[in-house]
Amino acid sequence: MSDFLANNAGLFFALLGAAFATFLAGIGSAIGVGKAGVAAAGVLSEDPSKFGKVLIFQLLPATQGIYGLLVAFLILSNTGLIGQVKEVSTLTGLLYFAAALPIAFSGLFSAIHQGNCAVAAIGTVNKKPDQMGKALILPAMVETYAILALLISILAIFGINAM
Amino acid sequence: MSILNMQRITVIALLKYCKDILETLQRRGVVEIETYQLDDDDGVFERGDTAAYQSQYLRSSAVARQAAEIIHTYVPEKKGLLSSMSGRKPLSLAQYDALVADSQDILHTAYDIVSYQKNIEQNRLEIERYEAQKTAIEPWLSLDVPMTFTGTATTRAFIGSFPPNKTREMLLSELSEQTDVADMTDIEIISSDENRTYAFLLCPIGCADALSDAIKKLGFEYPPYSAPVSVRKRIKQIDQHISNRRGRILENEANIKSVSSSLSSLDFLEDYFVMKAERYQAFDHIILSDNTFALTGYITERDAPELSRYLEDTYDAEVELSPSDTDDTPVKLMNNRFAEPVESVLATYSYPIRHETDPTAVMAIFYYIFFGMMFSDAGYGIVMAGACGLLLLKFRNMEEGLRRAMKMFFWCGVSTTMWGLLFGSFFGDAVSVISNTFFHTAPPAIPGLVTPIWFNPVSDPMRMLMFSFLLGIIHLFTGLFIQAYNDIKHKEYLAILYDVVSWYLLVGGAILALLSLEMMEGIAGFVLPSVWLKIGGVMALIGAVLILFFSGRESENPIKRLLKGAYGLYGATGYLSDILSYSRLLALGLATGVIAQVFNQIGSMMGSSVIGVILFLIIFVVGHTLNIGINALGAYVHTNRLQFVEFFGKFYTGGGREFKPFKINTKHYTVKEDI
Repeated sequence: MSDFLANNAGLFFALLGAAFATFLAGIGSAIGVGKAGVAAAGVLSEDPSKFGKVLIFQLLPATQGIYGLLVAFLILSNTGLIGQVKEVSTLTGLLYFAAALPIAFSGLFSAIHQGNCAVAAIGTVNKKPDQMGKALILPAMVETYAILALLISILAIFGINAM
Repeated sequence: MSILNMQRITVIALLKYCKDILETLQRRGVVEIETYQLDDDDGVFERGDTAAYQSQYLRSSAVARQAAEIIHTYVPEKKGLLSSMSGRKPLSLAQYDALVADSQDILHTAYDIVSYQKNIEQNRLEIERYEAQKTAIEPWLSLDVPMTFTGTATTRAFIGSFPPNKTREMLLSELSEQTDVADMTDIEIISSDENRTYAFLLCPIGCADALSDAIKKLGFEYPPYSAPVSVRKRIKQIDQHISNRRGRILENEANIKSVSSSLSSLDFLEDYFVMKAERYQAFDHIILSDNTFALTGYITERDAPELSRYLEDTYDAEVELSPSDTDDTPVKLMNNRFAEPVESVLATYSYPIRHETDPTAVMAIFYYIFFGMMFSDAGYGIVMAGACGLLLLKFRNMEEGLRRAMKMFFWCGVSTTMWGLLFGSFFGDAVSVISNTFFHTAPPAIPGLVTPIWFNPVSDPMRMLMFSFLLGIIHLFTGLFIQAYNDIKHKEYLAILYDVVSWYLLVGGAILALLSLEMMEGIAGFVLPSVWLKIGGVMALIGAVLILFFSGRESENPIKRLLKGAYGLYGATGYLSDILSYSRLLALGLATGVIAQVFNQIGSMMGSSVIGVILFLIIFVVGHTLNIGINALGAYVHTNRLQFVEFFGKFYTGGGREFKPFKINTKHYTVKEDI
């Protein structure tokens, strides 16, 4: 039994990392998109012609979930959980787990706060539709940190793969 | 790459030409009319009040619109998916004049159509009322006296209904429990349904009151409607009424259909009255005397000579032009076809003020490059440029704003294709996956589609990161360069040294020094000779000293000045975060490429069977559409961000007012001055 665990712990940790990246960033995006969606629906009840505009704002916090998916997929693909099965040492597995953490947590929190910001921006666009460009930039500022986290996660995974 | 020079225009002419001149200005759309400032004690000129006219025209416009909508309900409009792209139809001046001459007739038609529709609605209401009457009396069909029959000289009749499922015997026995006149009463069940039992009761006149009380307790109700004649006759009458009204509806519908060909002229009429109302709105800004009027506004230097010649020749008007260079002068930008579409992006940030440089042209180059790098897939680029190009060709009358957006995304698509070829991404790794899965061979090494022309960022991300930072530094330094250009325009030459050269030295020197450190070998892949460490260090030091002593130079107090300088030096951290911010070029580019590969891989999971091919096609189409949607949005938003935050932060203030000329503001048609 303990042999079995020791031999497969690498794979387990790699999968744990992929799971963390997907579900934490996914939770963040779900919360953010959900909040923005509620605000967007409120605007639509007054002016349905703003659908195209508010939809863009609702989609802004959706990207973190996709970044999480991206990192998870890279891990699954590199460890052979998709496609060819590979030998994954415990150390490699732990490294993949660590590599998933930046996008997992940064995705979770940045998506929630980007959602809050998108709600406010939807309010701006509702009152001043011509200020769309400025309103779009404010939530995009929050996304920067998800992008930075994604960058580190991806670079780490590529680095581990090249080891 | 310029802001057009503006002139203030003042037109003074005879009052009788006022209407014609305003119409000309509206059609040409080159003058922004401003309220003519009037002295309070000016005895000659005064302002007109046209609110009543305006509301009358807007009402007429609304009638035309209503009439057009009515026609649409009877003659359905054929609307394509993309019809919103088609824009307004152009009218020649001759067509316009002909339609204007007919406008009174068209307005009559519009009123007729509205009254036909009213008539139809009225008849529909009446039919409903008759139908209700009919359902109310239908159960009484076999009653052979009128429903209003109340009895003879010695008898009293009750016509009404009881709760459902009652026979004559049941009613009689229930009645006898309530009153002793039951055996003198005759009950006849006329009909019954699941709701009520319909009955006719007859009793001697003396028992009427007792019976009336008794049957109320049994739940007797008088019918909601009673026919004054026999039921059979009344139903016949009602049927006659209904068919009459149906006939009238058909007649009116035919009337409406017969004028459905006037739909286009109704659309014109709607526009015409809106135009007229807006002309009268412009009238509010001008001033009038008994025989003359005067208006003032802004016109671009380019359009001024031609308009003033036309007004002077045609209407004998007195036109005064003077250069306008104040800060509240509206701003109109002039750019070539490549850069012009990006003006709308600039407009969402802010228009430049009068004395600033128009950054559109420089911004356009970086805009297309950055968008292309973030989206970076040849397949997606071809889809995007192709779709925008086709729409632009198909809908030549597309509205200006939409056309600009289409043109912008066309160029973004071209750039995306280019970067995709350089990075070897075509719908991700679609060619390799298809070749491996369905043909079981390695893909042919087509440069651009399979192998990168330059390098593949997915396999060499560090190189891509360095390239992103390099582009970022070029972008930021270009912004600083425009700041220097602004300073030259304002003849503040020393400011170039203090605010621009100092930062070039500090940031550039720091980068050179950093690149000559040995630890950069592993990150950048190369290292500069160590002499650059000294050169870079000295450059950075000179820059830092310049900033420390001169960035707070407005302050007289030397301590305050130094403190401000120190704060200015703290701005160096801003440069660090600005440059790091360009790593999004790599991150979003990787996101597009890797997600595309994910979809290809999922699609190829079922192998090369028939089901596998079908599954692959479905996942390919759905997945890549999704990826295009989400990543095009990301590329758009983050390209804007790099421009607005990093680039504009270096030189741009904005806050100018867009030039909004008085023009035709219609929904269906435009009028072209010279066809």
